[in-house]
Amino acid sequence: MRNRPLAAPDESLADLRLERRPDLLRLLPTGEWNIGQVPRLDVMLHGLQTERAREAEIDASGVSELDTAGAWLLLRTKNELERAGLRVRGVQVPQRYLPLVQTMEAEHIAGPVRGAPPGRGFLNFLERLGRGTSHALGQGYGMLGFLGRITVETTEVALAPRRELPLPAFVKQIEETGVTALPIVGLLAFLIGIVLAYQGADQLRRFGAEIFTVDLLGVGFLRELGGLVTAIIVAGRSGSAFTAFIGTMRVNEEIDAMETMGLNIAEVLVLPRVLGLMVALPLLTFFADVVGLIGGAVMCYFDLHITIPVFMRELQQAITLKTLLVGLIKAPVFAFLIALVGCFEGLRVERNAESVGRLTTRSVVESIFLIIAFDAGFSIFFSILGI
Amino acid sequence: MSNGGHSDDVVIRVQGLVNAFGGKVIHDHLDLDVYRGEVLGVVGGSGTGKSVLLRSIVGLNHPVEGSIKVFGTEMVGMDPDELRGLQLRWGVLFQGGALFSSQTVAENIQVPLRRYTHMSQELMDEIAAMKLALVGLPADTAQKYPSELSGGMVKRAGLARALALDPELLFLDEPTSGLDPISANQFDELVRSLQQSLGLTVFMVTHDIDSLRAVCDRIAVLVKKKIKVGTIGQLLQDSDPWIHEYFSGARGRAALAGV
Repeated sequence: MRNRPLAAPDESLADLRLERRPDLLRLLPTGEWNIGQVPRLDVMLHGLQTERAREAEIDASGVSELDTAGAWLLLRTKNELERAGLRVRGVQVPQRYLPLVQTMEAEHIAGPVRGAPPGRGFLNFLERLGRGTSHALGQGYGMLGFLGRITVETTEVALAPRRELPLPAFVKQIEETGVTALPIVGLLAFLIGIVLAYQGADQLRRFGAEIFTVDLLGVGFLRELGGLVTAIIVAGRSGSAFTAFIGTMRVNEEIDAMETMGLNIAEVLVLPRVLGLMVALPLLTFFADVVGLIGGAVMCYFDLHITIPVFMRELQQAITLKTLLVGLIKAPVFAFLIALVGCFEGLRVERNAESVGRLTTRSVVESIFLIIAFDAGFSIFFSILGI
Repeated sequence: MSNGGHSDDVVIRVQGLVNAFGGKVIHDHLDLDVYRGEVLGVVGGSGTGKSVLLRSIVGLNHPVEGSIKVFGTEMVGMDPDELRGLQLRWGVLFQGGALFSSQTVAENIQVPLRRYTHMSQELMDEIAAMKLALVGLPADTAQKYPSELSGGMVKRAGLARALALDPELLFLDEPTSGLDPISANQFDELVRSLQQSLGLTVFMVTHDIDSLRAVCDRIAVLVKKKIKVGTIGQLLQDSDPWIHEYFSGARGRAALAGV
């Protein structure tokens, strides 16, 4: 029992004296053998030389304090001396510490069990590569299965109206992923509109073609940038929230509770998110398109002195409805990817805190990767179709 | 033990403690002394603030008013640096074990060792193994993660972590809740034997009348926002209806049959 705060290792507080007789080695611990002093005492005991002694005695009756860490050192030393072939006459401690030492001896305390050390070298590299590959394939397979399940559920809900649509949850998702994202999406779209107009004007001015900045803005924003930027913001904002939310429910056994009540996880948790985001993201994208164009128009006015009516006329010539639709048609697909990945990773969370963080990160990275990959796919597809 | 009223032997002294949440008063000028070397059981109905009392004493909850002295040091309004010195001298076992789920059991036990001492990894492994043996867990538990353990093992591992720095004072929050009666009995015996061999002072919040009988020297009952302290025998004589119901109800009678 220690009656004071922990003290730093100090020679004056605890010590080990040795008495060597021809055959006998006497260890005489003194002072405070507690956890504060143990690190230094441990080093001293590791350096202990038995020399020619055949017998040893540990007489700790001089210690002023002893806790389990100190007692462990005494008992460990006794075991080590015995293993070295010495005969050890018991361990003496002050009367008041007898129960402690007896309890510890009774527990047959052995040393720590050590796991196999991590392997190194080429074989280990191959093993890790194999594990990684099989993990990635398993991940893809699992995602495909999940996609199938969600598709079936969605179709069933759509075809069988007697199954009640989780309408309040659906509306709540539109609000959480759409309405509350308006400020950040608007701000970023506005800034990107400014940057795009500024950089475009700078290049086009060399050819005396400043007016085509409007074409660059219109086509660039409506076809590509608006949708891409919005999807990436939403992936970071809502995709991560899906994973963290569902993952925390998994940690709290809420998912298990739902399953035992016969609730369909796909219907209750996944569908409102997938459908909600598929409604919210196209709307957000349209909003981003408009705000981005406003940002561009402001920049054109100040940098190129293109007035708003001129900007509008030029824009009308540059873009058609098709340009807008080509951009907007991608939004539901991106939304589907974000929500699918977010929910899928959330449901894979294990019951520990670390796993929530790891899978949330993975969810965002995966959905952004998929968004960009699909965007590239769309570009190729549209160019083949000649749109 | 319980009769040692000398002020040097008071480990925890709570005076005039007031706790309130959102206008609802939980503790109204509550007084409590815990003496060195005793096991104090704290009981009370749901919502009477047993856990709040524990959290106030260890500094997780800031009371509205009153004084809490632990080892003679005033806890209320103490700055975090001072608090650290006290934290080394107590261990807390939370209700759910509160093991860090991303670390193995051995790493969990070594968290306080790593934070407050400078010892070799080898010695830390030895100490972790020793603590596990003390709380009666097999040696291979060290390498396992909390998610691989049963409820009883989590509590034992949590206890091993609470004991990592050889504290003088141990706080247990419902240590036997969620355990089967056999595991609960074993846990009670474990607490008792560790308390005796390590000379611990134990502050135990519990619902388990068996635990109270088996382990506790004195019992503190939270009733009417105050506390009543005594041995089981003394409390049985109490006129308060809740206390009477608690110890004389069917469960209480069965548990106390051996007294």
